[in-house]
Amino acid sequence: MATTPQIVGQSPLRKEGKAKVLGQAQYVDDITLPGMWFGATVRSTIPRGRITSINFDPSIPWQEFTIVSAADIPGENTIVHLTKDHPCLAVTHVNHAEEPILLLAHPNRSLLPAAVAAVHITYEELPAIYTIEDSEKKEQTIWGEGEQANTFKTYLMQKNQTPIPEEVWQTADFIVEGEYRTGAQEQLYIENNGVIAEYSATEGVTVRGSMQCPYYLVHALELVFNLPAEKCRVIQTETGGAFGGKEDFPSVIGSHAALLAMKSGHPVKLCYDRAEDMAATTKRHPSRTRHRTAVSKDGKLLAGEIDFAIDGGAYATLSPVVLSRGTIHAPGPYHWPYITVSAKAMATNIPPHGAFRGFGAPQSIFALERHMDKIAKVVGLTPEELRRRNFLSTGDSTATGQLLRDPVDLQHLLTRALEESDYHAKREQFDRENPTSTIKRGIGFASFFHGAGFTGSGERRLNSLVEIELTPEGLPRILVSSTEFGQGTNTILCQVAAQSLRLPYDQILIAQPDTSHVPNSGPTVASRTAMVVGKLVERAAQSLCATLVASGVLPQDYTPEDFGRAARSYLSQHGALKSAARYESPEGIFWDDETYSGEAYPAYAWAVYVAEVAVDTTTYSASVTNFHTVQEVGRVLHPILAAGQVEGGVAQGIGYALYEKCLWQNGHLANNQMTNYIMPTSADVPPIRVTFEEVPSPHGPSGAKGIGELPMDGPAPAILNAIEHATGIAFNEIPLLPEDIFERMTRVPNAGTESLNPDIAGPIFSEATA
Amino acid sequence: MTTIQCTINGQEQTIEAPPMKRLLDVLRDDLHLTGAKEGCGEGECGACAVLINGDLVNSCLVPILQAEGTEITTIEGLSIDKKLHPIQQCFLEKGGAQCGICTPGMILATHHLLDKYPQPTLSQIQEGLNGNLCRCTGYMRIFNAVQQAALTGVAE
Repeated sequence: MATTPQIVGQSPLRKEGKAKVLGQAQYVDDITLPGMWFGATVRSTIPRGRITSINFDPSIPWQEFTIVSAADIPGENTIVHLTKDHPCLAVTHVNHAEEPILLLAHPNRSLLPAAVAAVHITYEELPAIYTIEDSEKKEQTIWGEGEQANTFKTYLMQKNQTPIPEEVWQTADFIVEGEYRTGAQEQLYIENNGVIAEYSATEGVTVRGSMQCPYYLVHALELVFNLPAEKCRVIQTETGGAFGGKEDFPSVIGSHAALLAMKSGHPVKLCYDRAEDMAATTKRHPSRTRHRTAVSKDGKLLAGEIDFAIDGGAYATLSPVVLSRGTIHAPGPYHWPYITVSAKAMATNIPPHGAFRGFGAPQSIFALERHMDKIAKVVGLTPEELRRRNFLSTGDSTATGQLLRDPVDLQHLLTRALEESDYHAKREQFDRENPTSTIKRGIGFASFFHGAGFTGSGERRLNSLVEIELTPEGLPRILVSSTEFGQGTNTILCQVAAQSLRLPYDQILIAQPDTSHVPNSGPTVASRTAMVVGKLVERAAQSLCATLVASGVLPQDYTPEDFGRAARSYLSQHGALKSAARYESPEGIFWDDETYSGEAYPAYAWAVYVAEVAVDTTTYSASVTNFHTVQEVGRVLHPILAAGQVEGGVAQGIGYALYEKCLWQNGHLANNQMTNYIMPTSADVPPIRVTFEEVPSPHGPSGAKGIGELPMDGPAPAILNAIEHATGIAFNEIPLLPEDIFERMTRVPNAGTESLNPDIAGPIFSEATA
Repeated sequence: MTTIQCTINGQEQTIEAPPMKRLLDVLRDDLHLTGAKEGCGEGECGACAVLINGDLVNSCLVPILQAEGTEITTIEGLSIDKKLHPIQQCFLEKGGAQCGICTPGMILATHHLLDKYPQPTLSQIQEGLNGNLCRCTGYMRIFNAVQQAALTGVAE
C-alpha cells in the first residue's frame, strides 16, 4: 500500500492566497469589460409614503443616460427570497428609506452622483414605525393584514408539544425574569456589494460579482427576467468578505445591474460606495428577548418561557429563517424539563435586515447567557455551578426533542476553558483589587452551541450536488457553487478531495463558481460548507477513484504518478470523466415544521468562551483585555484557517458587544460611514486564544462539523457577564457604549454596586414560596 | 488637466489628469494597478494604502497633484520577478490573508512598520497597523505574520 499523505488536519497554503498577497486577485471592481457602463440607484428619501411625482432636472443631458423603472422589468417585479413581498423597484409606494425606485447608467462613472441627485421625487408621507414595540401595537399596518399584520413569521416551540403546567410556576423556589436587547450590526465586509451584468437576447443574462450564493441570484434573475435558469448565468468573483451580507443582497444589486445592461445594451458595473452600502443593504436583526424561568433552590432549571422578537425591517427577506435559528438556539445547551419559545419577526420601516453570521443565534444566546448569570445570582450559585447543574449531555433531549446521540461533554469544555483562562484565580484577584482601583476588572463566560447545516428538513430540500471532473491534464477539479470569501472554502474542499483521492493537495483544483459549469451545491451559509459540502466532495472523490479502478486503468494501490497516468489514459479512451455526489439525508433524521420538533441539525458545535474586561470608571469605557475560547467542532480540517475563523468571529463579537451601534434617524442610518460606525481595529483586540477539542463527527468529511458562525455567538454575553463582575451592574443590552455605562453608573447610587430597586435595575426576580 | 511626473514601482510615469483626481483612481483606472482597493473613500480603512516616499498614505485622500516628483510603491511593486516579498510570504504562510481585500494595504503597512521598527513589539504592531481595518481575521494571524517577517529581517 502506498503511503497516504495526511493532508486533513495540516495547514497547507490557502489555494488563492498567492494571488491575494500579490494584490493580483480580481475583485469585481477590478474588472473592466469592453464597452462597460456604470450604474447607480435612485432611492427613496423617506421611510414610508406614496410616490406622487418623479421629475428629471433639465440641467442633466438625460438622453445620454439609460433610465430603468419598474415598467422595464420583463418578468415579475420582485426580489424573491422566501416570499414575493419585496419589489425589485418601488412603483407606487416606498416602505423604507433608501428603497430603490429608479436605476441609471452612463459610460462615465463620475457623472452619476449628480444625475442621481437631479431626479426629484415627491411623496405623500405616511406614518412610519421603527421599533418592535410600535410594530406590535399594529396602529399602523405596514405589512400583511389581519393576524399577520406587521408579522413576517411566528413560531411556537414547545418541548414535547407540552405547555408548561401551572403547578411548575406555583411550586418553583424562584421565578426569574429578564429582558435583553441587541442592536442592528453592519457586516462591514471591506469590499462593498458590487456586480457587473451583461445581457444578450440570445444568451440571456450574465452577472458576475461579489456574493455567497450564485444560485440564489440565478433564481432571482429567472423571475425578474422571466427567463429559464439556463439563460441566467452567475459567476462569483473574488469576494472581499461577506459574513451573510452577501447572501441575500446580491439578488437585489444583481437584478438591478442586469436590468440596466438589458436596457442600455452595454455591460453595466454597479458597485456601491461605503455610504450607500451601509445605508441601503441588510444588517443583523435587532432583537428583544424576554425570559421567565422557574428554578429550584438547588439551581435546576424547571421551566422556561422565552418570548423572542426580531425586527425584520420593511420586507420579509430571510427573516423567517433567521427567526427559526434564533428560536432553536434560544434554550441554549441546557436541559429543560419544560420550555416554550414564542417567536416572531416584526415589520418596521427600516431597510430590510438580513443574514449575518450566526443568523438569529447570537441574539437569543446573548439573552440566555446573560439570564443564566442572573439566575445564578438569584439562586446563590456561581455562574459555573448553575450551568454545570443544567448542561445537556450525551443521551439527553434538546428543546426540539432531538436525542443527542453523538458525544457531548460540556462539563469538560467548561473545566478546560476555566483552566486555560485561569478563571478562578482571576476572579479572586479582581474581587480583591477592584474596590481600590478606578479600573474595574472582571471575568465572565458563556457556554453555547451552534447547529451546523440548514435547519430541520432544509438540507433535504436543498438536495445539494457536487461534482469532480478530470481536466485534460488528468487533474481532479472540484465543481461546486460553494464560494470562497475568506473563510477557506477552496482550501478545505481541496484538502478533503486530496485526502480521499490520496493525491498531493497541489494536484487538486477547484473551479471558479460559474453556474454555467458548476452544479448547485447549495448556498455558502449556515456553517454547512465543511460538513455538508465537504462530505459530498469526499463521496464524489471516492466515486471518481472507484470509476478509474473499475475501468482497469488504476490499481487499488496507487501513487500520484499512477493516478495521473490512469486519468490521462481514461480520458483518451472515454473523452471525459465527471463523478457526482448528491446529498442524502442521514438515517433516523426526523423534523416536523408544524410542531417544530425533531432533529433540528445533524450536528452541533459546542463551546465555552471566557472574556476578561477592564472598565475605566474615569472614562466609562470598557475594553476586552483577554479572551479564551474552547470549542468542540469535530475534526479540525485546517488548524490555521479554523483558528482564523474563531479569532475573526470573536473580534466581530467584541464589536457587536462594545463598539458597533447603528444610529437610526427617521428610518435612515445616520452613521453610514466607517468614521462613525466603529469596528475593532488592531489596537482594540485582546489576545484571542483558541483551543479545539476534537471529537470526530460521523456527519462531516474526516469527522468535521461546522465552525463559521459559532464564534459569533459567545463573545457578547461573555463580555457583558465579565462587565457585571467588574462593576456589579447587570447590563442587558448591546451595543454597550461608554455613554451607556456612564449613564447607568452615574444614575445608580454608590456607582459600581447594583441596586435592586426595580426602577433602576429592572425586574430582577420575583420569589415564589413553595 | 494637469501633467504629473512621478515614479511608480520604480518606473517613471507621466500622468495627464485633473489635478484633484484621487491618486487611487489614477492607479486603478489609468494605470490598471488594481491592487489598491477602495474600502471607504475617506481614509478610515487603509485598503487603498500605498507608500509615498516611504510614508504610508491612504491613496483615496491624495489628489494626484500632490504626487508630483514622488516615489510611489504599490502592492504590485513589492514582489520582484513574481517572487513573493518576504512579508507577502509570511502573510501567506501564517494565515494573515483571508478574504484578501485588506491584504495589499496591510502588507504595505507592515512594510512601513518594519522600516521604522525592524523588531517591533506587539503594541508597536497593533499601533502600526491600526489604520488598516480587517474584518475577517481578528488580526491575530496578521500579528503572527508581521512577527515572522520581522524574524526573517526584511527591513533591508
